[in-house]
This record gives sequence, structure tokens and C-alpha cells, in this order.
Amino acid sequence: MSSQALQMPRWMDLVLLPLWNLLIALAVAGGVVLLIGASPVQALTVLLDGALGSARGLGYTLYYTTTFIFTGLAVAVAFHGGLFNIGGEGQATLGGIGVALLSLWLAPKLPGIVMIPLAIVAAALLGMLWAAVPGYLQAWRGSHVVITTIMFNFLAAGLNGYLLVNWLRPAGSMSVESDAFADSARMPAVHEVLAKLGIEWPSSPLNLSILLALAACVFVWWFLWKSRAGYVLRAVGSNPAAAHYAGIRPRWQVLAAMGLSGALAGLVGVNEIAGVQGKLTLDFVAGAGFTGIAVALMGRNHPVGIVLASLLFGTLYQGGVEVSFDVPGFSREMVVTVQGLIVLFAGAMAMVSAPMFAKLHGAFARKQRAAEGKSHG
Amino acid sequence: MDEVLIGSVLASTLRVTTPLLFAALAGLLSERSGVVDIGLEGKMLSAAFAAAAVASVSHSTALGLLAAIAVAIAMSMIHGFATVTHRGDQVVSGVALNMVAAGLTVVLGIAWFAQGGQTPPIEAAQRITGLLPQWAEPVPGSWFASVIGHGLLSHNALVYLAFALVAVVWFFLERTRPGLRLRAVGENPAMVDAAGVSVPRLRYTALALNGILCGLGGAYLTLAQNASFSPNMTAGRGFIALAAMIFGKWKPVPTLCACLLFGFLDAVAIRLQGVSLPGIGEVPVQFIQALPYLLTVVLLAGFIGQAIAPKALSKPYVKER
Repeated sequence: MSSQALQMPRWMDLVLLPLWNLLIALAVAGGVVLLIGASPVQALTVLLDGALGSARGLGYTLYYTTTFIFTGLAVAVAFHGGLFNIGGEGQATLGGIGVALLSLWLAPKLPGIVMIPLAIVAAALLGMLWAAVPGYLQAWRGSHVVITTIMFNFLAAGLNGYLLVNWLRPAGSMSVESDAFADSARMPAVHEVLAKLGIEWPSSPLNLSILLALAACVFVWWFLWKSRAGYVLRAVGSNPAAAHYAGIRPRWQVLAAMGLSGALAGLVGVNEIAGVQGKLTLDFVAGAGFTGIAVALMGRNHPVGIVLASLLFGTLYQGGVEVSFDVPGFSREMVVTVQGLIVLFAGAMAMVSAPMFAKLHGAFARKQRAAEGKSHG
Repeated sequence: MDEVLIGSVLASTLRVTTPLLFAALAGLLSERSGVVDIGLEGKMLSAAFAAAAVASVSHSTALGLLAAIAVAIAMSMIHGFATVTHRGDQVVSGVALNMVAAGLTVVLGIAWFAQGGQTPPIEAAQRITGLLPQWAEPVPGSWFASVIGHGLLSHNALVYLAFALVAVVWFFLERTRPGLRLRAVGENPAMVDAAGVSVPRLRYTALALNGILCGLGGAYLTLAQNASFSPNMTAGRGFIALAAMIFGKWKPVPTLCACLLFGFLDAVAIRLQGVSLPGIGEVPVQFIQALPYLLTVVLLAGFIGQAIAPKALSKPYVKER
């Protein structure tokens, strides 16, 4: 490839190029805002103020961030195993189903201290299962994981609808949702916990799942870069043939990568179902699985980057809601558009601007060398 | 009453198969040239919006159709720019196009028409309607009028165009020189390059044709099937079309069969709600709706036959130096 043409320092590749691509995406989004007759500056001001300007807004932002950390990590782990998991949506749905079924069954009998950990395990296990099947089919049966996970998203939505309509909806209820769980199955909200400690904090959907999300980040970092199993997984991801030659069985690594990825996506169920809804609902994932792709792309598949990118998208989602209230003619789907533009410019077209930066760097380096040469001479 | 039931199931099968067929043939052309197209859904959605917006404002069916095709081609060209010219990831690009389409159609719809994302209804005069209005409804007591008349002959021009295009695409791919090259570039681009034919140009051509077909499929949704655009109205049809194309093993005629099968499932799903089938019992409607996805997974896993993708699918071509 044209690798010799694209020599640039690490900081350029890791920081400058993604930021530049983000800037292009935001500029195009600003163009769209202008096109619909709103002011981009006003929209941005309202957005930032709505997402970060108040404690309540910050609570919502961090609640969105929590979900995006889970789905972003899910995409990243699969990526390091050389796989593209677009099934976060379905795996998160299954995670929520796991939380709901276990909570409806056991929550009346168990205290929260036992119930919540069990719900977390159920979410991770069902998410894992829903990703492991496509992983198995890719590794042993040769079907492509991208297509299978897309299909599994629709299957998960169908399963959720079937369970709710035919089994979990209370008799006589018009809305398609399950009974509310007993209190022991509720992940405590951050404002409740702070109130117990005597700190006043406005009510928001932010709950203790955010600690789980941060723990998941630390675990993924340790697993991928410090553990033997993670090393093996990354080896298969970067070169399956070489890994096989080194005595690693690539098939099992595909299964492991997808399993872990699905477990992480499944944890969305803890935040959304145990933390916020307190009951199973239709379509509670609401596209977060796809946002995970954008998060992983922006975060360069590293936990630190993923936390930052999740904050960015959390801000966009919460701020977008505020903008749609305050700016006439503005709808919150603008956020989905921005997300798509970011995936387009920072993902699919990530390397479009790379030659320009490489050239700039090359010219700069040459000038510097010339200057050094002069000073020596 | 049987003739009414058979006639109306046949008619609705053909109606819901049509957009699937346009999109599946579009995906087939792109994927046979080696470019994965996850973005069928987004292109159809954007085309549906463009057709509805332009037709309702300009009061012209032709302009609506043109706008739909133009928008879908433009999106295909973005896909080509990202993946063919700059060798970006084809799946990521498709996912991005779907997101942009899902967001932008609603954003523009609300900003322009202020009806919660819907476009104003398209007047009857601008809608593409059935060619033979006397058979718009099945006729009880007459098998000919119900099954042949209503079932097969009552449709609009786009329905027949979609089915005719199966033959056109087959002939193009199997019997013409550009078609052979298009297939070759999806199997072995290096060979095509060595023969002195431009790989990017072939792939862009395939993507342009893909855009035309996606545009027709999207326009069908708003100009023929419904009378206005509503948010996310494609509702996964692009993915069902993708599944149908895979189920049809990337070949036109089997793809037609898969589209008909999935269209039939869609047409009977609502009718089977709450109906107890002899020997099986009541089939949940969600199961019938999920069947296309399930069948595709089972087929891809090699449990029923084998689906072999074009060899160079999803691999960006790097010209040797």
C-alpha cells in the first residue's frame, strides 16, 4: 500500500486526525442546521448549556454516557478480535430481557444486595449468548458475522415484542410493557445515594450503573493489554494465520471476542431496565448499539478514548433534546444525523485527509532538517 | 370466498415484494462488483423522502421520481468515494449512510413541513396508481377477476418494472460484456485490472445502477404504496432486501424467489394474527415477521444449501505498482 506516503507521528494519527475528522463532521452538521434556518451558534450554545450547564443536565448526560460506554466497549473488543459486531442493539435487548425475566421472578424474594449482582450476571450472560451464536456461525460455519449480527438485531426485537405482547404484559393493559419490578431489583439512582449521604442532587436517570461502566473500562483495558487471554485475542485479530501458526486456535478466539463483546453490550440492560425503567419495555435500546460503533471509532477502540467519546455522544444526546425544546424547527433526530456524519467522516472516510497531514508533516520535517543542516554548516 | 382470499394475498404479496425487489437487485449489482451495501435501508429511506417532498411540493410525479433517484445515486457516490476511492471500510460507510438517512429525513421533514416528520399527502393525481382500476378490489364469485385480475393485473407500473428488471439484470450480468466485467471485478479485480479495465470505474458504475434501483424502490414507497412520507417508513425493508439477496445467493432469479417468499410472509403475517392453523396452532405474528432473518441465518450457516459471496466482496482493491 501507500504506507511510505503516509508517515506521520503517533500524536497526529491518534489525536489530530480524529479531531480534524470530527471537525469536518460537525461543520457539515452546522451546514444542515443553517439549511433548516436555525443558527448553529445558538444551537451549540443551547446544546452545551443543556448537557453540561446544570447538575440535572449533567445527570442525564452521564446516564447516556453510561449506555454508550457499554456499547462502545462491545464494538472495541470485537474489533480487537478482528470482528465487526453491529449486533450491539440486539445484544443489549437480550441483556434487558435477562434483567427483566430474573427480576420479575426473583426480586420479590431477594434483597437488593443479592438481586442486583444476579441481574448484572443475567444481562451479561444473555448478551453473551446472543453474540456467541453469530461468533460460532462465523468461526465454524463460515457465515459472516456482520450479516448474522444484523439479522440477530431483528430477531432480538421480535423476541422482545413476542415476550412482552404474549407473556409479560399484565392482563388488560394497553401499553406494551411488563409489570414494574419489586424495589430490590432497582439499581439505585445516584441522586438517591447522594441524598442518603446528605448531598443534594437533582433527580435524573443517572444510576450506579455508571460505576459498572467504569469498572468495565478498567477490565477491558486490563484484559486486552495486560492479560494473556487478551494478547491471544488481539493476535488473532491482527493476523489469524500467524496466530494459528503460533499455536493459537483462532476459532475459539472469535467465539471469545464475540462473547465478551456481547456481554458488554448486554450490560446496557442493567442501566436502562434495572436503572431507569424498572420494567421491560419495547425498543429501550433506541439505537445505542449503533451509537457504540461511532463511539468505538472516535475512541480509537481504547477504553480511555471510549470514555471520552461516550461523553461526547452523551452531551450530544442530552443537549440535542434541550435544543429541540428551545430552538423552533429543530428536532432531536439532528443528533442521529450528527452521529451518522461522525461515523462517515471519522470512520469510513478516516483516511481521506491522512495524505494531506502526512504531506504537511513531511514538508515540516524537511524544513526542520534543512534548518538544522544550516545551523551545523 | 376462496377466490377473494387468494386474489388479495397474491395482490398484497406482489405489492410488498416490489420495494424488496428493487433494493435487493440494487444490492446485488453493488455486491457482485465487490462493494458491500449495508446502506440499502438508508438509500431507500432518503429516496422515499425525496420523492414525497418533491412530488408534494412540485405536483409532479416525474420530478418526484427523479429526485428520489438523484438522492439515492448521490448516496451511492458518497459510498463509492469513501470505499472505492479511499478504501474505507464498506460496512462502516453503509452504517453511516443509514444513520444520516434516518436522522436527516426527519430533521428536514420537520423543518420544511412541520408535521412531525411527515410530508404533506401527495395528491391523487400525482400518485402512481394501478393500471386497471376496474380490478382494484377482488370480485367475489369470479375467480378470473379476483385471482388474475386483482391478484396479477391490478398493479401499478413500478410493480411490473421491478419484476421486469429481474430479467434485465440477469441479461446484463450473464449475457453482456459490461456485465461480465462487473462480475469479474467482484471475483478477481486484479485480473480485470491486468486486462486494462478500470476497477474503480466499474465499481462506480455498479454503484450508480444501485442508486437508480434504490431510488425506484424508495419512490415506490411514497408515490405508490403510501401517500406520504413518515419517519423510518422503510422499517427494515432494506435489511430484508439484503437478506433476500443473500438468500438468493447473489443471483437475480433466486433473489426474486427469496423476495417473493419474504413478501408472501409479510403479506400473510397480519392475516394469520390470532388464526389457529390446523396441526400447528396459533403462530405468533412476531415469528412470521422474524422468519426472513432466521432463514437467512440458517442459510448462511450452510444448513440449507450454501451461499457463496463474491470473492472480492468487502476487499478494497489496491492497484499494484
